[in-house]
Amino acid sequence: MSGVTAILNDETKKVLIAPLVNDNPITLQVLGICSALAVTSQMSTSLIMALALTLVTAFSSAAISAIRNHIPSSIRIIVQMTIIASLVIVVDQLLKAFAYDVSKQLSVFVGLIITNCIVMGRAEGYAMKNPPLESFMDGIGNGLGYSLILVIVAFFRETLGSGKLLGIEVFKLTKDGGWYDPNGLMLLPPSAFFIIGLIIWSVRQWKPEQNEKVEFKILAIAHGEGGHH
Amino acid sequence: MLKCEQLKSYQGKVCAKLDKCEHYQKFKVYKDKVLALGNDSLEKTIAIAVALCLVCAVLVSFSAVALKSLQVHNKELDMKKNILDVAGLLQEGGNIDADFAERIEAKIVNLETGDYVEDINVAEYDQRKAAKDPALSVAIPKDKDIAHIRVKAKFAKVYLVKDSGAIKSIILPVNGYGLWSTLYGFLSLDADGQTVQSINFYDQQETPGLGGEVVNPKWRELWKGKKVYAETDQPSMEKGLIESAEMGEPALSLIKGVVDNTKPGSQYQVDGLAGASLTSTGVTNLVKYWMSKEGFAPYLAKARTVKGVKS
Repeated sequence: MSGVTAILNDETKKVLIAPLVNDNPITLQVLGICSALAVTSQMSTSLIMALALTLVTAFSSAAISAIRNHIPSSIRIIVQMTIIASLVIVVDQLLKAFAYDVSKQLSVFVGLIITNCIVMGRAEGYAMKNPPLESFMDGIGNGLGYSLILVIVAFFRETLGSGKLLGIEVFKLTKDGGWYDPNGLMLLPPSAFFIIGLIIWSVRQWKPEQNEKVEFKILAIAHGEGGHH
Repeated sequence: MLKCEQLKSYQGKVCAKLDKCEHYQKFKVYKDKVLALGNDSLEKTIAIAVALCLVCAVLVSFSAVALKSLQVHNKELDMKKNILDVAGLLQEGGNIDADFAERIEAKIVNLETGDYVEDINVAEYDQRKAAKDPALSVAIPKDKDIAHIRVKAKFAKVYLVKDSGAIKSIILPVNGYGLWSTLYGFLSLDADGQTVQSINFYDQQETPGLGGEVVNPKWRELWKGKKVYAETDQPSMEKGLIESAEMGEPALSLIKGVVDNTKPGSQYQVDGLAGASLTSTGVTNLVKYWMSKEGFAPYLAKARTVKGVKS
């Protein structure tokens, strides 16, 4: 353990841990919501998606950071996209070769990591300004922050929606002669909105400093302005 | 360790060769020159773009080529697994390749005539690809396209399970549109071309837990023993004498709710999927389509006779 901590200086530790709660990409930055809705109806797909996104974010951040001093600013975004897209294709190919069943379930969503705002956001927001190792750790940290939310959402959606967890029966369903009547809404993408909303609310209750400052104040309606009487 | 040293000496040789190479020296000089340029100069922008594209292209094509054989094998294995599954021959921990080779025989059927086609390589023919190839497919007229698939391949790849020479099951590929996606699957029938053994959808993107329940083993179990065609127009018994034994329009369909097995006609009904009426309708339509004259009816009519299917 001491070896690990020796490698990690304060900056790497910070970028690794902060995205878990304090600077979580989903709950605070509100990035990467689309895939969080799409893949979380089952725990197994969520886990693979989380792993794939973490790896892509880490390696793309490291690669972009390594060449950051030579990236012409006029083609900055395209350079980032090219690196991210290549890595995503490699991940997709690896999944098809070594985890065929999962890649079938994830289908288009692996390809859609390319458009996941977290990857681009970290490339543009962190890797362009920081050295490769820190950027790599930042990618891992943000990937883990994303994974954490995905796992929580998938936990509620799979247990409440199909009475299972990782495909193993948790609640016996009424249609199989048990007691639990599954909540169909949990299987549909909108349910992730509710769960993510509740998570954001709880995190901000716990850490009130995450609340955005009020941009303007609604004044009390002066007498006579409140519409028709 | 030996390998590591070998690698190092090899690397040294390559470097020595490269150092002697004139082009490499030129490249090195050019590289230093470009890297020293201002980031926003036109030359550097183009050079970086070209270099990046080269590196990424090599990375992507290397992974695609290196993993291709594994991926193809996975795909084939998955397909074989699905076919064994629908034939009821899938064993836990069994060798899929060996079981498949031993028990299953693939055949190409001309959908229009219902005869076997021998001049197509069975192993290489891919019906799903053929459906996209204008030369090998036909457009389905709109009024007949109840499965909403628009085109079908002229030739279908069917699989037969034989037991000491006699056909035990006929496995037919079916596809049709559900709610979100086209469902691809196999329908396995007894040798009478009438009694369902099993159904298996291997490719679908329906809502997990609702329409996605088409893959639920409990629901698939309900199909066993159901009849495809209404038995009122049963062909005469002297099947040996006739060329084909057609059975009219398919009657099998999914209904809302649970099938009452005591009622007449229940052999043509399967429970619909709860909360997924559009997927259920899609499944009904695809079965109706592929079992009709547009689909496998001509083939099944011949398969039922003693003479069997011509080739």
